[in-house]
Amino acid sequence: MNSEKPAPVKKICIIVSKGSLDGVYPALIMANGARMEGIEASLFFTFFGLNALNQTTLDDLKVATVGNSALNMAMPMLGLPMTMPFPTVLGALPGVSNFATHLMNKEMEKLDVPPVREFLELISDSGGKIFACKLAMDMFKLKKEDLWDGVDDVLTVGQFYEESAGEGTHILFT
Amino acid sequence: MKKTIAGTEVDVNEEGYLTDMNQWTPEMADAIAGEEGVAPLTDDHRKVLTYLRELQAQHASITIRGVGKSGVVTTKELYALFPGGPLKKASKIAGIPKPVGCI
Repeated sequence: MNSEKPAPVKKICIIVSKGSLDGVYPALIMANGARMEGIEASLFFTFFGLNALNQTTLDDLKVATVGNSALNMAMPMLGLPMTMPFPTVLGALPGVSNFATHLMNKEMEKLDVPPVREFLELISDSGGKIFACKLAMDMFKLKKEDLWDGVDDVLTVGQFYEESAGEGTHILFT
Repeated sequence: MKKTIAGTEVDVNEEGYLTDMNQWTPEMADAIAGEEGVAPLTDDHRKVLTYLRELQAQHASITIRGVGKSGVVTTKELYALFPGGPLKKASKIAGIPKPVGCI
């Protein structure tokens, strides 16, 4: 029996490397949830994750329907059993990703989960920090002005680790 | 379990949330706010508490997004008014159950 209280999570730093809707939402939800618990939160968008900060793409993120062998999970959104398979070749058909995205957005709205732009604002307003990765910005030829206005800073990897310093910090990669 | 808040005995759960919102009085809000490090309560705090109690009375879902868009308080103000877990603390002070959602 250990009567000591476990050391709490004080800060969570989430590295977002995927730019699909289903790749981005979990990180946003975890960051917002942290702030709601009084835990500091920062998001570091890198590689394709920058899709979620790019002004021209962030409102149109899509659910990945190719190479996602768990898409059967989405079947209940159509009123079909979760055990029904979703062959990946179907996911490549025109419009399927758009349709899956539409379904997910609709379910999210029902659960009061905001669209990506509003979600970024919510996290930022709650004191969470939004960072973009400098190396990935250079690779994708992006400038800070191409990004959503609320981005706190463009950081190098070293600066991100500095920003993550502190006892009780946890770093997650998604 | 029982707890005496502001001179009145009420029913609370193990985390200190009132289990019956009708036992709550505005005086208890001040006492709980003191325990939560939020005191002294201002009119802005009380507006939020009243709004949350209205939502709870209607059995409406209470989310940070919903409260932030309510027109009663912005997200920034809510975090400033109840630092360190705004919905949890505000709900506790308002005498309503702890919000169960993830949003």
